[in-house]
Amino acid sequence: MAINWFKYSAPTTFYGLAGKLIPWFAISAAILFAIGLYIGFVVAPADAQQGEFYRIIFIHVPSSILSMFLYMIMAGYAALGLIFNTRLSAMMATAIAPTGALFAFISLWTGALWGKPMWGAWWVWDARLTSELILLFLYLGFIALHASIDDPRRADRASALLAIVGSVNVPIIYFSVKWWNTLHQGSTIKFTGTSMHVAMQQAMFTVLAACWLYAIAIVLARVRSIILERERNTTWITELPEVRS
Amino acid sequence: MSGLDIWMRENPLTYIWLGSYGVALLIFAIEIAMVRHKRKITLQQVRLMRDADDEAGDEE
Repeated sequence: MAINWFKYSAPTTFYGLAGKLIPWFAISAAILFAIGLYIGFVVAPADAQQGEFYRIIFIHVPSSILSMFLYMIMAGYAALGLIFNTRLSAMMATAIAPTGALFAFISLWTGALWGKPMWGAWWVWDARLTSELILLFLYLGFIALHASIDDPRRADRASALLAIVGSVNVPIIYFSVKWWNTLHQGSTIKFTGTSMHVAMQQAMFTVLAACWLYAIAIVLARVRSIILERERNTTWITELPEVRS
Repeated sequence: MSGLDIWMRENPLTYIWLGSYGVALLIFAIEIAMVRHKRKITLQQVRLMRDADDEAGDEE
């Protein structure tokens, strides 16, 4: 059976679909978080060099990955909105930004907590850390720029440009540990394999999956509010059961 | 070595849990609460607008 995906690019159909999907993503995220934390703290052994402190990796790496991926997805939606003038794309970009900013903040925060016992410093002006901080500022800039323009369509276009230009920072973050001599360690997981213990990998990938599911659930919930707000003058919104009740 | 350095080395799991996982889970909880609050407020606004439109229609 062929699915007409274009149907779901309209806010009218996407609103209902998002409402049905949110509980599934949210419940799966909660279960995977619990499993991931159990493996990370009970099953996975202590690290030979870092002892217990390495366990910050199970939240630090997933939040760092999410902060970068969410930015690229946000920029992709922003570009779609700019090129094709689709309403839902711009709404999705606006909905992703706060979650991406929070993941960038968690990445920096947990990195600081890991840096203190390992490097003896909360913060160093290292290429990886600095480029991640710039990512947080780009998210905040996107949110602030969008909020500062009253006309939503103009706000979408202006903030889309910022998102697209800012996307150049994502490969800089990823390759910073290769291009420059950094205090931050290189990639632990590569396409060629990893030296991590199996239980450590399982914990990290389970929390990563949980973070993805959480991000999808919260973005869908946020975009539903944005759709309600932007389309409030339309008849389909006034006919919704939650509006009529 | 400061007091915090000594404490974190003596209690690494408490340091990790409170400092990173505790803060991350708190951030997620705040974000969920904000999204739920935003939906509630938006629904109220939409209902108020609909009621105002209905009243305006009745007066006409």
